[in-house]
Amino acid sequence: MSTSLGAAVRHKMLTNMLLVRHTEERIQELFLENVIRGTTHLCIGQEAVSVAMAEVIDAARGDTVTCTYRGHGHALALGMSLESMMAEMMGKASGCSKGKGGSMHLADLDVGLLGTFAVVGAGLPVTNGAALTAQMRGNGAISISIFGDGTPNIGAWHEAVNLAAVWKLPAVFLCENNRYGEYTPYDDTAPVPNVADRAAAYGIPSVIVDGQDAEAVYPVLLEAADRARAGDGPTLVEALTYRYRGHSRSDPATYRPEGELERWMERDPIDILAGRMQADGQLTAAEFEALREQQRAEVQRVTEWAINEPWPALEETLEDIWVPSGDGAAVGEGA
Amino acid sequence: MAVITCRDAVVRALDEEMARDEDVIFFGEDVGKAGGVFYVTPGLYEKYGGRRVRDTPISENAIVGAGVGAAVTGMRPVIELMFADFAAVTLDQIVNQAAKLRYMSGGQIQVPLTIRMAQGSAGGFGSQHSQCCESWFMHAPGLKVCVPGTPADILGLLKSAVRDDNPVIFLEHKGQYAERGEVPDHADHLVPMGEARIVREGGDVTIVAVQRMVGVALKAADTLAEQGVECEVIDPRTLVPLDMETIARSVEKTGHLVTVEEAVRAGGWGAEVVSQITENNIWSLEGPVVRVTLGAGIIPFSQPLEEHLLPGPEDVVAAVQRSLEA
Ligand SMILES: Cc1ncc(C[n+]2csc(CCOP(=O)(O)OP(=O)(O)O)c2C)c(N)n1
Ligand SMILES: [Mg+2]
Repeated sequence: MSTSLGAAVRHKMLTNMLLVRHTEERIQELFLENVIRGTTHLCIGQEAVSVAMAEVIDAARGDTVTCTYRGHGHALALGMSLESMMAEMMGKASGCSKGKGGSMHLADLDVGLLGTFAVVGAGLPVTNGAALTAQMRGNGAISISIFGDGTPNIGAWHEAVNLAAVWKLPAVFLCENNRYGEYTPYDDTAPVPNVADRAAAYGIPSVIVDGQDAEAVYPVLLEAADRARAGDGPTLVEALTYRYRGHSRSDPATYRPEGELERWMERDPIDILAGRMQADGQLTAAEFEALREQQRAEVQRVTEWAINEPWPALEETLEDIWVPSGDGAAVGEGA
Repeated sequence: MAVITCRDAVVRALDEEMARDEDVIFFGEDVGKAGGVFYVTPGLYEKYGGRRVRDTPISENAIVGAGVGAAVTGMRPVIELMFADFAAVTLDQIVNQAAKLRYMSGGQIQVPLTIRMAQGSAGGFGSQHSQCCESWFMHAPGLKVCVPGTPADILGLLKSAVRDDNPVIFLEHKGQYAERGEVPDHADHLVPMGEARIVREGGDVTIVAVQRMVGVALKAADTLAEQGVECEVIDPRTLVPLDMETIARSVEKTGHLVTVEEAVRAGGWGAEVVSQITENNIWSLEGPVVRVTLGAGIIPFSQPLEEHLLPGPEDVVAAVQRSLEA
């Protein structure tokens, strides 16, 4: 079921989905051009989950998010600046983590993003801790942990969901079920048809939702968030979605059955929302094109800017490991 | 002598051992149908089938635990943990279970298990996918620790690891998978554990290094040779057991010792080598021992910072000069 949101919220979601889409496409190019090194995990096709999630997060209130290496979309939707993210992708000093984190490790406390965790399952226990702080402080804050469909196979997932259920922590567990963990289909590694089925073991509610429709994801997350804020504990939300690109880097994703990608692309999250807005007279085709062009241009502008940004100073290499003691001296041994 | 890559060496070793012994089974995440995320195990699934080569869920504890249990009951499992950093997720199964079961059972149990993983910096993989983790495992008696850095050593040591009746931590360097080297043509090339290799002979200073740092040490040795300093470069190949005899003999000859690690300084294997030399061979030393390491560093993503942190030939040259100064 999808609830139609106000025109302003829809516009914001659409804009952010376009921003994420163009950013990810540009990141892939930059990776192939060797401007971005190491590895990248793109969320093209999964943008609706990011923008819906961001709508229920209120960083000013203390809400927090943990997600995974596939986190560029979440970071941007939460409000991390494109400059900050692009510079981080390239390892530049002006990146959100001064270039030390990179594609897999984005963090921006100002928007509530505690981190994008690169070890599968590592985010959920940390979200529990953030939710514990909220519970102790009684400030009504929540923490959302976002993870993939392969993640409920790891022990940390179960420990975290169990603890959150027992302590009634104000947490929301949001699974982006994109059908694959790396190159392996979901069904090959999970004994139950849905990730949501796992909730029964911990006595918490779960919902399966169309992850291509931002307006379907939003009310589900809002209800889960309200439940958490009210002290009724965690909810497991499973958003059915799909990544258009391979798992990482230049994975050509040859393991996918023929036609699968095309079928999912017919339900593109951007087209779904834009189409509905057009049908409701909130957006013309020309305006949609202009919005897309605007985001593309913005990504291009920021990319050029980031390429020309300075590297971090070499003295930065051993900074930020320790919290300096009162006199400002760092702890530890030099290289 | 054929020339193959480190990547080829892994799959060849596993293939030969699986062909030789039906009890050898292999499992891990995406190791079968996909041939591994580093593409080091292609073809095994097709050749040996889904009973002996299994793709697992993302469950490192379950993977290592199943390896331990199968090993103690008669199989000879080889498992892969992909990035060595993920061993942290299953440290209990490795250091408390695999390492100690034999001792705690008064020698009744043996754990012929090989745990493969890829460590080290490969350029831009960030803090949780780039560490060299060998010293985590050196601190758990019961585990053997292999750190091969050439195709021939990977081939020969992996085969020895599979045949070993003890749990073996087998660390491959992911930055070396594409490196090439000669391997013997005959079908059963074995490298024994605990036997260092003298990579380059020299009389002025002993440099001990493993994996990618061997190449760094050799570059430094070239530079130093131009200055009239002859380095002896030693690759221990296994850290447990550690061939201190070869190292001590070399230090006796050169009087100077430098260790080169792509790892954190505190508690590293270099510290162990240096301690043993100072405990047992102090009178051989004619200058300070010097360790080249990451210091107390965490691998950063940013290229210049990562390159700055990693030891390079110039760091080794400086260390040798410091050792010789006195
Ligand atoms: C503990 C651990 N094991 C293995 C990996 C390697 N790895 C990275 S992503 C991934 C697949 C995760 O799949 P899923 O949870 O579905 O998330 P998706 O990538 O599809 O978003 C694996 C196995 C890891 N990062 N951490
Ligand atoms: Mg997935």
